[in-house]
Amino acid sequence: MGNVILIELTKRFGDVAAIRGINLQIEEGELMVLVGPSGCGKTTLLRLIAGLEEATSGEIWIDGRLVNDMAPKDRDIAMVFQNYALYPHMSVYDNIAFGLRLRRYSRSEIDRRVQQAAGILGITDKLRSKPAELSGGQRQRVAVGRAIVREPKAFLFDEPLSNVDAQLRVQMRAELQSLHRRLKRTTLYVTHDQVEAMTLGQRVAVLKEGVLQQVDTPQRLYDHPASVFVAGFIGSPAMNFLKGQLVRQNNTLSVQGDGFQMNIPPKRASLVCDHVGREVIVGIRPGDFQPGEVGSSPDRITIRVNVIESLGSELIVYGKLSSSDVAIRLDPDVRISLDQELTLVVNTERIHLFDPDSEKTLLHLR
Amino acid sequence: MRRLASHLTVFCLVLLWLIPTLGLLVTSIRPYEDVVRTGWWTTLFDPAKWASLTLDNYVQVIAQEGLGQAFWNSLVITIPASLIPLAISALAAYAFAWMPFRGRQVLLMVAVGLMVLPGQMTFIPLLTVYNKVGLSGTFLGIWLVHTAYGLPLQIYLLRNFFRALPHELLDSAFMDGASRWKIFRHIVLPLSVPALASLLILQFLWVWNDLLVALIFLGTSPEVAPVNVKLVGLVGAYGQDWQLLTAGAFVSMALPLIVFLSLQKHFVQGILAGSRRG
Repeated sequence: MGNVILIELTKRFGDVAAIRGINLQIEEGELMVLVGPSGCGKTTLLRLIAGLEEATSGEIWIDGRLVNDMAPKDRDIAMVFQNYALYPHMSVYDNIAFGLRLRRYSRSEIDRRVQQAAGILGITDKLRSKPAELSGGQRQRVAVGRAIVREPKAFLFDEPLSNVDAQLRVQMRAELQSLHRRLKRTTLYVTHDQVEAMTLGQRVAVLKEGVLQQVDTPQRLYDHPASVFVAGFIGSPAMNFLKGQLVRQNNTLSVQGDGFQMNIPPKRASLVCDHVGREVIVGIRPGDFQPGEVGSSPDRITIRVNVIESLGSELIVYGKLSSSDVAIRLDPDVRISLDQELTLVVNTERIHLFDPDSEKTLLHLR
Repeated sequence: MRRLASHLTVFCLVLLWLIPTLGLLVTSIRPYEDVVRTGWWTTLFDPAKWASLTLDNYVQVIAQEGLGQAFWNSLVITIPASLIPLAISALAAYAFAWMPFRGRQVLLMVAVGLMVLPGQMTFIPLLTVYNKVGLSGTFLGIWLVHTAYGLPLQIYLLRNFFRALPHELLDSAFMDGASRWKIFRHIVLPLSVPALASLLILQFLWVWNDLLVALIFLGTSPEVAPVNVKLVGLVGAYGQDWQLLTAGAFVSMALPLIVFLSLQKHFVQGILAGSRRG
């Protein structure tokens, strides 16, 4: 076991920088999820750590060793690939044993480890099958088995669940989680699915265009996004963003925008008081609205309902606030109809404020 | 109805192709007296003649006319001349497909570009060199010639085939600790059996059926001349003895037929392999 440390890691393909100056520490035994939209450099980062790509600059440390110039096999890490990468001409047993044979383990040791891994993953009765005879979930397990059988210092997962159907994905997610709890290996898990990131990661690193945006626990990422990007990427439906201006009236700070005005509660106001008079971006999660009475008091907005999605446990309502689109999550028993004017109270204790130029948060709570 | 029409068409084509071969076969087992007097088809419809059919013609060409030796020569030429280029081109194709090195693209272009060079243009300069270094008339010499002529196409096709293998497989093996050689040996080769088999058959048939190259670089001396060269000699010596010529021709056809029939599953797979990969 060991930790993984990246220092100012940069990778360029020609003129294009895929990874830009990433600093990241994955603690020993930690399951960290790396999440970002497709093309943000997640897989490249994984391949850099694996040794399948060479870093342009920066350092990669695994378990206290600088591994930049080390061949993949000497880094003592295992990777699970997106499309499983099982050797189609070998049986499941041979697939799992391949790495051990290359490392010249004894026949009995190989057998012991393969049987053990197969037992953990529940594929003991499939050891004689070829990959083509297996279902998607079973193939996935074989791919994981191939990684764990070597007992490496760290695991790298490259979107391992993106090829399995939705139902199986939920099941495999739980299996991977319990596997990690059991093996307690340092793991870096790459995905573009924010739900997977939130449910699986002890900490989540958000990557955008090769730049690390924020690294934190899932709950803190959700509660305290550092930028507009993170705020919009984490959570579904995405956070609503409204443009407004910060103004002071009778000792209270408020944001005024096209069709709304909200008072900012004192705890947040103290953090943004030197931005008075400036433009800000207000971020409100879809769940931070409640139906309210029509009136003139602040913190109320009125939208025109465009779309209603009933998910059974909740209603997702899409509507227009003046010219902006907003998404709102409501209890399923709220009675609303299309084209209706809907008045909502905003839970201002939970609003987010961002700088429109840098798109960074103005609420530095730490 | 359409099905019937297409079946009928295929049947006619097969018949058209088979008739000359059938004629060859029947003639090769008829006695000399019949061959000079009647056509081979008369034997088919005259059961009285079936008793006179004989394998003597084969015995004669193989034992007395030296076709047995020529057949052996053909094997000695064809087997190495098929395996050597395949071994080289598989290694080269792996490097072209998966090993980054300086000048890779240029080298590949050169190798592929050689495909457009007609072999006939190289005969005279090559033979001049061969005569100087003593390679003409030797098996080694003709192995090298066939290797050189076979390589460009093989490298090109195999390189494309290897390139189409999912690179995660190679990455995965690499991380498992496999060397380049182990990846080639344990991953790439087993997955490329259809392509390799197709190329082996093509090269085998090409070398086996070759007359020109063998005539130029080996000559007609019985110790080295392959079946095809020998057959040409027989035509000159026994122009009238069809029963001997046809028996000789059949001997030369036998091996390619066996090779093709036993490997045709791979052959068809190999041809389709490119189209089935994404």
